[in-house]
Amino acid sequence: MKSKASSASRSAPLDFGGNPLDRRAFLKAAALPCLAACAGGVIAPGLAYGGPPAESDAQFTVEAQHYEKLPYKKIKCKLCPRECVVDDRERGYCGVRENRGGIYYSLVHSRVVAAHVDPVEKKPLFHFLPGTLAFSIATAGCNVNCKMCQNWDISQIRPEQARSTYAPPQKVAALAKQNQCASIAYTYSEPIIFYEYMMDTAPAGHEQGVKSVVITGGYIEQEPLKKLCAAVDAIKVDLKAFSEKFYKEVVNGELKPVLDTLVTLQKQGMWSEIVYLVVPTLNDGEAEFKALARWVKSDLGLDVPLHFSRFHPEYLLKNLPPTPLETLERAKAIADAEGLRYVYIGNVPGHPAENTYCPKCRRVVVERAGYTVSGVRIRKGKCQYCQQPIAGVWGS
Amino acid sequence: MNQKRNPSRRDVLRLAGTLLVGGVGVGASACRDAPPASSTTPGKTKVVISRDARLQVQKSGVDSARLLNVLDRAMQAMCSCDSPLEAWRKVVRPGETVGLKVNCLAGKGNATRVELVDAICERLQQAGIKDIIIWDRLNADLESARFRVVERGSGVRCFGNDTLGYESELVTFGSAGSLMSRTLTQACDAVINLPVLKDHGIAGVTIALKSMFGAIHNPNKYHLNVGDPYVADVFMLPPIRQKVRLHICDATTAQYEGGPSYMPQWTWPYNGLIVSRDPVALDHLGWRIIEKKRTEMGMKSLKELKREPTYIATAADSRHQLGTNDPNRIEVVTV
Repeated sequence: MKSKASSASRSAPLDFGGNPLDRRAFLKAAALPCLAACAGGVIAPGLAYGGPPAESDAQFTVEAQHYEKLPYKKIKCKLCPRECVVDDRERGYCGVRENRGGIYYSLVHSRVVAAHVDPVEKKPLFHFLPGTLAFSIATAGCNVNCKMCQNWDISQIRPEQARSTYAPPQKVAALAKQNQCASIAYTYSEPIIFYEYMMDTAPAGHEQGVKSVVITGGYIEQEPLKKLCAAVDAIKVDLKAFSEKFYKEVVNGELKPVLDTLVTLQKQGMWSEIVYLVVPTLNDGEAEFKALARWVKSDLGLDVPLHFSRFHPEYLLKNLPPTPLETLERAKAIADAEGLRYVYIGNVPGHPAENTYCPKCRRVVVERAGYTVSGVRIRKGKCQYCQQPIAGVWGS
Repeated sequence: MNQKRNPSRRDVLRLAGTLLVGGVGVGASACRDAPPASSTTPGKTKVVISRDARLQVQKSGVDSARLLNVLDRAMQAMCSCDSPLEAWRKVVRPGETVGLKVNCLAGKGNATRVELVDAICERLQQAGIKDIIIWDRLNADLESARFRVVERGSGVRCFGNDTLGYESELVTFGSAGSLMSRTLTQACDAVINLPVLKDHGIAGVTIALKSMFGAIHNPNKYHLNVGDPYVADVFMLPPIRQKVRLHICDATTAQYEGGPSYMPQWTWPYNGLIVSRDPVALDHLGWRIIEKKRTEMGMKSLKELKREPTYIATAADSRHQLGTNDPNRIEVVTV
């Protein structure tokens, strides 16, 4: 599950002048048009729908990288498996790509609606530079429409419906470095839909010594995915369920392309982790957990971290209760029994299953409480107690 | 605009014909607060088709005087009145702010005509309406269809949803969850929907029901599965269902293929307006008109192309009850 794009205990909203803001300064600044990107953490509801954005459309508009031109000025988008056929003057399902006279444009390059400095654990990425910060950004838009979306107020809108801030790649990279962030995280909404921006920002970050991580639903075509793998350093995939039915009815997408994405990530050697948001009554069956765990084991391997996260009622699923802890523990037990080495329970602060355990000696090698890392006992990628290799990207 | 001689009740009756289901009945009025499917014949819903073969004076222009006459005849037949002002007063009341929801996405080639909107404004003002808001999704869309954006002042204003923005609270029905245009929720007391008659490359057709996608913030999310059930679900959202009182479909020029973009090679001069309080009946009839034209032009049916507008039937089902798509329950009045 994507972290909620709101102010959490350790996440700090960003001033695009480059300064982290304390809460008071932030609230004051949020009233200014130039800083309207954030409020309540990210976006000020009172501002978001109150009028047109102050910024020029042109500075956010670049030609899309993956599409086909069709007769009569139509286009077919080739970025995600939905492959929208879009008429002139219309937009794709994502709402952020528009056909203008037979040329398809992204409208969200450098158009940031959410920016925070977050712990990388909030993404969550547990095996990627633990204890570091991620400069986290999002634009409006998404290529699915999950009924349980926690960030629907930015993911399910069009870019002009929110106040945004112009943040070109070099500026993001500089701010990430300035804020001592080890990585830039493309997150909150769905970074696939701001693909061009992400592809330009990742190398800008690398020039500053800042890595890039992608927090995505994984609903992307193979060609752009492979190019993405060459540009970024880690990808976390929200696997919404292990059934096509759920994807069709709750996500408005498809499972198969997401599984293909996960397999490609493995083949490309991309560090990846999986989050599975457990939604009561909809994707919480034992058979589904078992099928998922078996598929991960057979198609991805034992070392891919799998996070079972607690659902909180949001958006169009407010009628459901939060996931019972027992359900999450049952899911973990099933995945453990299949032999998966790194199975976590998420959104339950303080639970022992937030820690990373050495698969050999079973001692805690990364100790966590919520988004806080209190100890890392991994040296050169190995358990400091028994020298068992621990899969991940651990830094120096 | 000069006021022309209004057709009398007798004229209307003389001109009245039948289409599809036959049977002309101009009896009891369809009053302001009546349910959408109200009709002159018990159990039937009325759809009025008003045409004039000489409406178009040049390739893309219309004779404004004739268009006003077409509108008057339609309204009189719709409301069973002898004068157009009497008819309008059965739809709106003085003191109300009336929204005219136009459809401008295709630009000036196949958007709601400015001349039609002018004619409606003229009659509304004569009927005692002072505040009128012409609106659609975006100011840019309105301007591309030759409307002039006027955001402030009294009288007739014209602006897109980008002027007032959207409500912050989600409104839901079935598969739809949307933020509503503040133009609809806060600025308008009543809305007259002014769609165009055209083909749609995904949803089959876009007429009265689908045109209200312009009242929500996320229409791009509702084109899956030929728009079914999304189009019907969106129309069920309370601000739409409660405020839209009448549908006047601009069928002066219609498009049977290549929509929603304007494709002049697939348009034809239908030279008419289609009016109803029932968006389902209107859409059903409009769909049939488009299919008939497609057949004439040797094109495959929308069903064969897997874009039959099944959302129309969904809008008529027991869960939605937005109107009827049963030809036996639709009374078509041609004037």
